[in-house]
Amino acid sequence: MRSHHDMGGLPAGPVARGEHDYAPWEKRVDALMVLLSAPQRRLLRVDELRRNIEALPPDAYDRMSYYERWISAVANTLLQRGVLTADELGRKMTEVESRQEAP
Amino acid sequence: MTADSDIHAHDHDHAHGHDDHAHPHPTRADADERLTHWQAMEIAVRELLIAKGIITAADVRAAVEAMDARTPALGARVVARAWSDPAYRQRLLADGTAAVTELGIEMAATKLVVVENKPGLHNLVVCTLCSCYPRMLLGLPPDWYKSRAYRSRAVREPRAVLREFGTTLPDSVEVRVHDSTADMRYLVLPERPAGTEGWSEDRLAALVSRDSMIGVTRPDNRA
Amino acid sequence: MSDALPARFAPGARVTVRRMAPPGHLRTPWYIRGRTGAVERLCGAFANPEELAYNRPGLPKQPLYRVRFRQRELWPDYAGAAHDTIEVEIYQHWLEPAP
Repeated sequence: MRSHHDMGGLPAGPVARGEHDYAPWEKRVDALMVLLSAPQRRLLRVDELRRNIEALPPDAYDRMSYYERWISAVANTLLQRGVLTADELGRKMTEVESRQEAP
Repeated sequence: MTADSDIHAHDHDHAHGHDDHAHPHPTRADADERLTHWQAMEIAVRELLIAKGIITAADVRAAVEAMDARTPALGARVVARAWSDPAYRQRLLADGTAAVTELGIEMAATKLVVVENKPGLHNLVVCTLCSCYPRMLLGLPPDWYKSRAYRSRAVREPRAVLREFGTTLPDSVEVRVHDSTADMRYLVLPERPAGTEGWSEDRLAALVSRDSMIGVTRPDNRA
Repeated sequence: MSDALPARFAPGARVTVRRMAPPGHLRTPWYIRGRTGAVERLCGAFANPEELAYNRPGLPKQPLYRVRFRQRELWPDYAGAAHDTIEVEIYQHWLEPAP
Protein backbone atom coordinates (compact mmCIF):
# COMPACT_ATOMS: atom_id res chain seq x y z
CA MET A 1 0.00 0.00 0.00
CA ARG A 2 1.33 3.41 -0.94
CA SER A 3 2.26 5.50 2.06
CA HIS A 4 0.57 8.88 2.32
CA HIS A 5 3.77 10.89 1.96
CA ASP A 6 4.89 8.87 -1.08
CA MET A 7 3.02 11.02 -3.56
CA GLY A 8 5.07 10.95 -6.75
CA GLY A 9 2.76 10.51 -9.72
CA LEU A 10 -0.53 11.16 -7.96
CA PRO A 11 -2.90 13.69 -9.50
CA ALA A 12 -2.82 17.17 -8.04
CA GLY A 13 -3.82 20.70 -8.89
CA PRO A 14 -1.71 23.60 -10.10
CA VAL A 15 1.47 24.46 -8.25
CA ALA A 16 0.73 27.43 -5.99
CA ARG A 17 3.56 29.88 -6.62
CA GLY A 18 3.23 32.08 -3.56
CA GLU A 19 6.10 31.94 -1.11
CA HIS A 20 6.15 33.00 2.50
CA ASP A 21 9.03 34.42 4.41
CA TYR A 22 9.93 31.99 7.12
CA ALA A 23 8.69 32.97 10.59
CA PRO A 24 11.29 33.07 13.37
CA TRP A 25 9.83 30.02 15.07
CA GLU A 26 10.12 28.08 11.80
CA LYS A 27 13.76 29.00 11.40
CA ARG A 28 14.36 27.91 14.98
CA VAL A 29 12.83 24.51 14.23
CA ASP A 30 15.23 24.18 11.34
CA ALA A 31 18.08 25.27 13.61
CA LEU A 32 17.15 22.62 16.17
CA MET A 33 17.26 19.94 13.48
CA VAL A 34 20.69 21.08 12.34
CA LEU A 35 22.09 21.37 15.85
CA LEU A 36 20.72 18.07 17.17
CA SER A 37 21.86 16.07 14.13
CA ALA A 38 25.33 17.65 14.10
CA PRO A 39 28.25 15.22 14.50
CA GLN A 40 29.14 16.54 17.95
CA ARG A 41 25.67 15.70 19.30
CA ARG A 42 24.08 13.04 17.09
CA LEU A 43 20.88 13.20 19.15
CA LEU A 44 18.73 12.55 16.14
CA ARG A 45 19.09 11.63 12.54
CA VAL A 46 17.15 13.18 9.71
CA ASP A 47 16.02 9.62 8.88
CA GLU A 48 14.32 9.34 12.27
CA LEU A 49 12.63 12.68 11.68
CA ARG A 50 11.40 11.55 8.29
CA ARG A 51 10.08 8.31 9.73
CA ASN A 52 8.14 10.23 12.34
CA ILE A 53 6.68 12.58 9.75
CA GLU A 54 5.70 9.68 7.52
CA ALA A 55 3.94 8.09 10.50
CA LEU A 56 1.62 11.07 10.93
CA PRO A 57 -1.97 10.22 10.11
CA PRO A 58 -2.81 11.34 6.57
CA ASP A 59 -5.16 14.12 7.63
CA ALA A 60 -2.59 15.49 10.07
CA TYR A 61 0.13 15.31 7.41
CA ASP A 62 -2.00 17.33 5.03
CA ARG A 63 -3.29 19.79 7.61
CA MET A 64 -0.03 20.58 9.36
CA SER A 65 2.37 23.07 7.89
CA TYR A 66 5.87 22.05 6.90
CA TYR A 67 7.55 23.17 10.13
CA GLU A 68 4.69 21.94 12.27
CA ARG A 69 5.48 18.48 10.91
CA TRP A 70 9.15 18.90 11.61
CA ILE A 71 8.79 20.13 15.21
CA SER A 72 6.38 17.27 15.83
CA ALA A 73 9.05 14.91 14.48
CA VAL A 74 11.83 16.50 16.54
CA ALA A 75 9.79 16.13 19.71
CA ASN A 76 8.82 12.54 18.93
CA THR A 77 12.37 11.57 18.09
CA LEU A 78 13.72 13.11 21.29
CA LEU A 79 11.06 11.20 23.23
CA GLN A 80 12.00 7.97 21.45
CA ARG A 81 15.66 8.58 22.18
CA GLY A 82 14.99 9.36 25.82
CA VAL A 83 16.43 12.86 25.60
CA LEU A 84 13.13 14.27 26.83
CA THR A 85 10.25 12.69 28.67
CA ALA A 86 6.63 13.31 27.77
CA ASP A 87 6.07 14.59 31.29
CA GLU A 88 8.71 17.27 31.20
CA LEU A 89 7.73 18.31 27.69
CA GLY A 90 4.07 18.47 28.64
CA ARG A 91 4.77 20.52 31.74
CA LYS A 92 7.02 22.90 29.87
CA MET A 93 4.47 23.37 27.08
CA THR A 94 1.79 24.15 29.65
CA GLU A 95 4.07 26.67 31.28
CA VAL A 96 4.88 28.29 27.92
CA GLU A 97 1.23 28.56 27.03
CA SER A 98 0.39 30.05 30.42
CA ARG A 99 2.89 32.87 29.89
CA GLN A 100 0.56 34.43 27.38
CA GLU A 101 -2.23 34.65 29.88
CA ALA A 102 -0.25 36.96 32.20
CA PRO A 103 -1.58 40.51 32.00
CA MET B 1 23.08 39.21 -4.74
CA THR B 2 26.46 40.42 -5.90
CA ALA B 3 29.82 38.80 -6.07
CA ASP B 4 30.78 40.84 -3.05
CA SER B 5 28.41 38.85 -0.85
CA ASP B 6 30.15 36.44 1.42
CA ILE B 7 30.08 33.06 -0.22
CA HIS B 8 31.27 31.19 2.79
CA ALA B 9 28.58 29.20 4.51
CA HIS B 10 29.69 30.26 7.98
CA ASP B 11 28.26 32.48 10.67
CA HIS B 12 28.25 36.21 10.27
CA ASP B 13 30.82 37.76 12.53
CA HIS B 14 28.86 40.91 13.29
CA ALA B 15 27.39 41.44 16.73
CA HIS B 16 23.87 40.20 17.06
CA GLY B 17 21.11 41.40 19.31
CA HIS B 18 19.31 39.15 21.73
CA ASP B 19 16.06 39.62 19.91
CA ASP B 20 15.08 37.75 16.77
CA HIS B 21 13.27 40.89 15.61
CA ALA B 22 16.64 42.64 15.26
CA HIS B 23 17.57 40.24 12.51
CA PRO B 24 18.25 42.05 9.23
CA HIS B 25 16.78 39.44 6.92
CA PRO B 26 13.11 39.82 6.07
CA THR B 27 10.97 37.39 7.97
CA ARG B 28 7.37 37.16 8.89
CA ALA B 29 7.18 37.99 12.60
CA ASP B 30 5.63 35.39 14.86
CA ALA B 31 1.91 36.21 15.03
CA ASP B 32 0.76 38.34 17.93
CA GLU B 33 -2.18 36.08 18.62
CA ARG B 34 -2.02 32.95 20.78
CA LEU B 35 0.81 30.55 20.27
CA THR B 36 -0.20 27.46 18.40
CA HIS B 37 0.37 24.02 19.91
CA TRP B 38 3.34 23.59 17.63
CA GLN B 39 4.88 26.99 18.36
CA ALA B 40 4.59 26.22 22.06
CA MET B 41 6.25 22.87 21.38
CA GLU B 42 9.18 24.58 19.66
CA ILE B 43 9.69 26.92 22.58
CA ALA B 44 9.36 24.12 25.11
CA VAL B 45 11.74 21.77 23.29
CA ARG B 46 14.31 24.50 22.84
CA GLU B 47 14.15 25.67 26.46
CA LEU B 48 14.39 22.13 27.80
CA LEU B 49 17.40 21.42 25.62
CA ILE B 50 19.07 24.61 26.78
CA ALA B 51 18.29 23.84 30.42
CA LYS B 52 19.87 20.41 29.96
CA GLY B 53 23.00 21.95 28.48
CA ILE B 54 22.54 20.19 25.16
CA ILE B 55 22.43 23.42 23.17
CA THR B 56 22.71 27.08 24.02
CA ALA B 57 20.60 30.03 22.93
CA ALA B 58 23.68 31.31 21.12
CA ASP B 59 23.87 28.04 19.19
CA VAL B 60 20.32 28.53 17.99
CA ARG B 61 20.91 32.14 16.95
CA ALA B 62 24.10 31.16 15.16
CA ALA B 63 22.37 28.35 13.29
CA VAL B 64 19.58 30.69 12.20
CA GLU B 65 22.13 33.25 11.03
CA ALA B 66 24.08 30.61 9.13
CA MET B 67 20.89 29.54 7.38
CA ASP B 68 19.99 33.14 6.55
CA ALA B 69 23.43 33.64 5.04
CA ARG B 70 22.78 30.93 2.50
CA THR B 71 20.96 32.33 -0.45
CA PRO B 72 20.75 31.37 -4.11
CA ALA B 73 23.62 33.80 -4.68
CA LEU B 74 25.92 30.96 -3.65
CA GLY B 75 24.60 28.70 -6.37
CA ALA B 76 24.63 31.54 -8.88
CA ARG B 77 28.31 32.09 -8.13
CA VAL B 78 29.00 28.41 -8.87
CA VAL B 79 27.10 28.59 -12.15
CA ALA B 80 28.84 31.79 -13.21
CA ARG B 81 32.22 30.21 -12.49
CA ALA B 82 31.28 27.15 -14.54
CA TRP B 83 30.15 29.32 -17.44
CA SER B 84 33.40 31.28 -17.36
CA ASP B 85 35.92 28.53 -16.71
CA PRO B 86 35.61 25.32 -18.80
CA ALA B 87 38.02 23.41 -16.57
CA TYR B 88 35.95 24.30 -13.50
CA ARG B 89 32.84 23.25 -15.33
CA GLN B 90 34.30 19.82 -15.96
CA ARG B 91 35.33 19.45 -12.33
CA LEU B 92 31.86 20.55 -11.24
CA LEU B 93 30.16 17.97 -13.42
CA ALA B 94 32.57 15.23 -12.37
CA ASP B 95 32.37 15.89 -8.61
CA GLY B 96 30.01 18.61 -7.50
CA THR B 97 30.90 18.37 -3.82
CA ALA B 98 34.62 18.86 -4.42
CA ALA B 99 34.10 21.65 -6.93
CA VAL B 100 31.88 23.78 -4.67
CA THR B 101 34.30 23.22 -1.81
CA GLU B 102 36.84 25.08 -3.96
CA LEU B 103 34.55 28.10 -3.59
CA GLY B 104 34.22 27.66 0.17
CA ILE B 105 30.84 25.89 0.16
CA GLU B 106 30.60 22.77 2.31
CA MET B 107 27.96 20.18 1.49
CA ALA B 108 27.76 18.64 4.99
CA ALA B 109 26.43 15.09 4.94
CA THR B 110 25.08 14.99 1.40
CA LYS B 111 26.77 14.86 -2.00
CA LEU B 112 26.18 17.33 -4.76
CA VAL B 113 25.45 16.22 -8.30
CA VAL B 114 25.37 18.98 -10.88
CA VAL B 115 23.31 18.23 -13.96
CA GLU B 116 23.89 20.33 -17.03
CA ASN B 117 21.27 21.64 -19.39
CA LYS B 118 22.24 21.36 -23.03
CA PRO B 119 20.48 22.34 -26.24
CA GLY B 120 18.83 18.92 -26.33
CA LEU B 121 18.37 18.33 -22.60
CA HIS B 122 16.56 20.11 -19.78
CA ASN B 123 16.86 18.97 -16.18
CA LEU B 124 14.32 19.37 -13.38
CA VAL B 125 14.80 18.54 -9.69
CA VAL B 126 12.21 17.36 -7.19
CA CYS B 127 12.02 15.38 -3.95
CA THR B 128 8.78 13.41 -4.09
CA LEU B 129 9.24 11.84 -0.65
CA CYS B 130 9.93 14.98 1.35
CA SER B 131 11.83 18.15 0.44
CA CYS B 132 15.49 17.32 -0.15
CA TYR B 133 17.13 20.39 -1.62
CA PRO B 134 20.72 21.68 -2.03
CA ARG B 135 20.38 24.07 0.90
CA MET B 136 24.06 24.76 1.17
CA LEU B 137 23.90 26.37 -2.27
CA LEU B 138 20.39 27.76 -2.44
CA GLY B 139 19.27 28.34 1.14
CA LEU B 140 15.84 27.21 2.27
CA PRO B 141 13.50 25.86 -0.41
CA PRO B 142 10.42 27.76 -1.56
CA ASP B 143 7.02 26.58 -0.36
CA TRP B 144 6.03 25.34 -3.81
CA TYR B 145 8.98 22.94 -3.97
CA LYS B 146 7.64 21.23 -0.84
CA SER B 147 4.01 21.29 -1.97
CA ARG B 148 1.87 18.30 -2.77
CA ALA B 149 1.23 19.61 -6.26
CA TYR B 150 4.89 19.91 -7.20
CA ARG B 151 6.01 16.68 -5.54
CA SER B 152 3.19 14.72 -7.15
CA ARG B 153 3.22 16.18 -10.65
CA ALA B 154 6.88 17.03 -11.39
CA VAL B 155 7.68 13.35 -11.95
CA ARG B 156 4.57 12.53 -13.94
CA GLU B 157 3.91 15.62 -16.03
CA PRO B 158 7.07 17.72 -15.87
CA ARG B 159 6.31 19.64 -19.04
CA ALA B 160 2.93 20.79 -17.71
CA VAL B 161 4.58 21.89 -14.46
CA LEU B 162 7.27 23.71 -16.42
CA ARG B 163 4.59 25.53 -18.43
CA GLU B 164 3.08 26.78 -15.16
CA PHE B 165 6.44 28.39 -14.50
CA GLY B 166 6.49 29.93 -17.95
CA THR B 167 8.87 27.38 -19.45
CA THR B 168 7.84 25.68 -22.68
CA LEU B 169 10.18 23.20 -24.29
CA PRO B 170 9.83 21.61 -27.71
CA ASP B 171 9.59 17.84 -27.88
CA SER B 172 13.02 17.77 -29.48
CA VAL B 173 14.44 18.66 -26.05
CA GLU B 174 14.54 15.77 -23.59
CA VAL B 175 13.13 16.63 -20.17
CA ARG B 176 14.95 14.68 -17.47
CA VAL B 177 13.57 14.73 -13.94
CA HIS B 178 15.77 13.97 -10.91
CA ASP B 179 14.01 12.65 -7.83
CA SER B 180 16.27 13.23 -4.80
CA THR B 181 15.35 10.09 -2.94
CA ALA B 182 18.59 9.48 -1.09
CA ASP B 183 21.95 11.02 -0.32
CA MET B 184 22.49 13.10 -3.45
CA ARG B 185 21.42 16.70 -3.86
CA TYR B 186 20.99 18.16 -7.31
CA LEU B 187 21.78 21.51 -8.86
CA VAL B 188 20.88 22.32 -12.43
CA LEU B 189 23.62 24.02 -14.42
CA PRO B 190 21.55 26.15 -16.81
CA GLU B 191 22.69 26.92 -20.32
CA ARG B 192 24.56 30.16 -20.61
CA PRO B 193 22.36 32.70 -22.41
CA ALA B 194 23.49 33.91 -25.81
CA GLY B 195 25.00 37.38 -26.06
CA THR B 196 26.93 37.14 -22.78
CA GLU B 197 30.37 36.61 -24.25
CA GLY B 198 33.08 38.33 -22.26
CA TRP B 199 30.80 39.11 -19.30
CA SER B 200 32.34 39.14 -15.84
CA GLU B 201 31.33 36.45 -13.38
CA ASP B 202 29.44 39.04 -11.32
CA ARG B 203 27.35 40.00 -14.30
CA LEU B 204 26.74 36.37 -15.23
CA ALA B 205 25.76 35.43 -11.69
CA ALA B 206 23.05 38.10 -11.74
CA LEU B 207 21.36 36.18 -14.57
CA VAL B 208 21.10 32.97 -12.56
CA SER B 209 17.90 32.67 -10.55
CA ARG B 210 17.12 30.10 -7.88
CA ASP B 211 14.36 28.72 -10.08
CA SER B 212 16.76 28.10 -12.96
CA MET B 213 18.98 26.04 -10.65
CA ILE B 214 15.98 23.92 -9.64
CA GLY B 215 15.10 23.66 -13.30
CA VAL B 216 11.64 25.18 -13.48
CA THR B 217 12.89 28.15 -15.49
CA ARG B 218 15.79 29.05 -17.75
CA PRO B 219 17.90 32.17 -17.29
CA ASP B 220 16.55 33.94 -20.32
CA ASN B 221 12.97 33.76 -19.21
CA ARG B 222 13.13 34.15 -15.45
CA ALA B 223 10.49 36.34 -13.87
CA MET C 1 35.76 -0.60 2.05
CA SER C 2 35.11 -3.37 4.57
CA ASP C 3 31.88 -1.77 5.83
CA ALA C 4 30.25 -1.57 2.38
CA LEU C 5 28.66 -4.30 0.33
CA PRO C 6 30.21 -4.82 -3.10
CA ALA C 7 28.43 -3.18 -6.00
CA ARG C 8 26.52 -5.69 -8.12
CA PHE C 9 25.60 -3.48 -11.04
CA ALA C 10 27.65 -1.53 -13.54
CA PRO C 11 26.57 1.60 -15.37
CA GLY C 12 24.30 0.62 -18.20
CA ALA C 13 23.00 -2.50 -16.46
CA ARG C 14 19.27 -3.07 -16.84
CA VAL C 15 17.66 -3.37 -13.40
CA THR C 16 14.18 -3.93 -12.06
CA VAL C 17 12.98 -2.39 -8.82
CA ARG C 18 11.58 -4.94 -6.37
CA ARG C 19 7.87 -4.80 -5.91
CA MET C 20 7.72 -5.02 -2.15
CA ALA C 21 5.91 -2.91 0.43
CA PRO C 22 7.17 -3.41 3.96
CA PRO C 23 6.29 -0.97 6.71
CA GLY C 24 8.90 1.44 7.95
CA HIS C 25 10.89 4.26 6.44
CA LEU C 26 11.53 3.56 2.78
CA ARG C 27 13.29 5.69 0.18
CA THR C 28 12.13 3.80 -2.88
CA PRO C 29 9.10 5.66 -4.22
CA TRP C 30 5.96 3.77 -5.04
CA TYR C 31 5.87 4.90 -8.64
CA ILE C 32 9.00 2.97 -9.65
CA ARG C 33 8.38 -0.29 -7.84
CA GLY C 34 8.30 -3.17 -10.27
CA ARG C 35 9.69 -0.93 -13.02
CA THR C 36 12.79 -1.50 -15.15
CA GLY C 37 15.45 1.03 -15.96
CA ALA C 38 19.17 1.35 -16.57
CA VAL C 39 21.90 2.20 -14.11
CA GLU C 40 23.20 5.65 -14.92
CA ARG C 41 25.96 5.60 -12.27
CA LEU C 42 27.01 4.19 -8.95
CA CYS C 43 26.76 7.04 -6.44
CA GLY C 44 28.80 5.33 -3.74
CA ALA C 45 27.82 3.32 -0.69
CA PHE C 46 25.78 4.74 2.16
CA ALA C 47 24.31 3.55 5.43
CA ASN C 48 20.82 2.15 4.96
CA PRO C 49 18.24 4.83 5.81
CA GLU C 50 15.64 2.15 6.61
CA GLU C 51 17.83 1.27 9.60
CA LEU C 52 19.06 4.79 10.39
CA ALA C 53 15.41 5.69 10.83
CA TYR C 54 15.41 3.50 13.95
CA ASN C 55 18.74 4.83 15.20
CA ARG C 56 20.55 1.71 14.08
CA PRO C 57 23.85 1.99 12.21
CA GLY C 58 22.51 0.79 8.85
CA LEU C 59 25.68 -1.16 8.09
CA PRO C 60 27.08 -2.59 5.96
CA LYS C 61 26.74 0.38 3.64
CA GLN C 62 24.56 -0.26 0.62
CA PRO C 63 25.62 0.71 -2.87
CA LEU C 64 23.36 3.49 -4.13
CA TYR C 65 22.62 3.88 -7.82
CA ARG C 66 21.01 6.48 -10.02
CA VAL C 67 18.66 4.55 -12.25
CA ARG C 68 17.20 6.09 -15.37
CA PHE C 69 13.69 5.24 -16.54
CA ARG C 70 11.82 6.25 -19.66
CA GLN C 71 8.78 8.28 -18.72
CA ARG C 72 6.71 6.58 -21.40
CA GLU C 73 7.37 3.28 -19.66
CA LEU C 74 6.36 4.59 -16.23
CA TRP C 75 3.12 6.39 -17.04
CA PRO C 76 0.53 4.90 -19.38
CA ASP C 77 -0.74 8.33 -20.39
CA TYR C 78 2.57 10.21 -20.42
CA ALA C 79 1.98 13.34 -22.47
CA GLY C 80 5.57 14.46 -22.98
CA ALA C 81 8.24 13.50 -25.47
CA ALA C 82 9.18 9.90 -26.20
CA HIS C 83 12.74 10.42 -25.01
CA ASP C 84 11.86 12.07 -21.66
CA THR C 85 13.47 10.36 -18.70
CA ILE C 86 13.52 10.33 -14.94
CA GLU C 87 16.41 9.39 -12.66
CA VAL C 88 15.90 8.09 -9.17
CA GLU C 89 18.44 7.11 -6.51
CA ILE C 90 17.84 3.54 -5.44
CA TYR C 91 19.65 1.35 -2.92
CA GLN C 92 21.06 -1.91 -4.17
CA HIS C 93 18.86 -4.15 -2.04
CA TRP C 94 15.85 -2.87 -3.97
CA LEU C 95 17.29 -3.84 -7.35
CA GLU C 96 17.38 -7.10 -9.28
CA PRO C 97 18.82 -7.77 -12.71
CA ALA C 98 16.10 -7.12 -15.29
CA PRO C 99 14.65 -10.32 -16.73
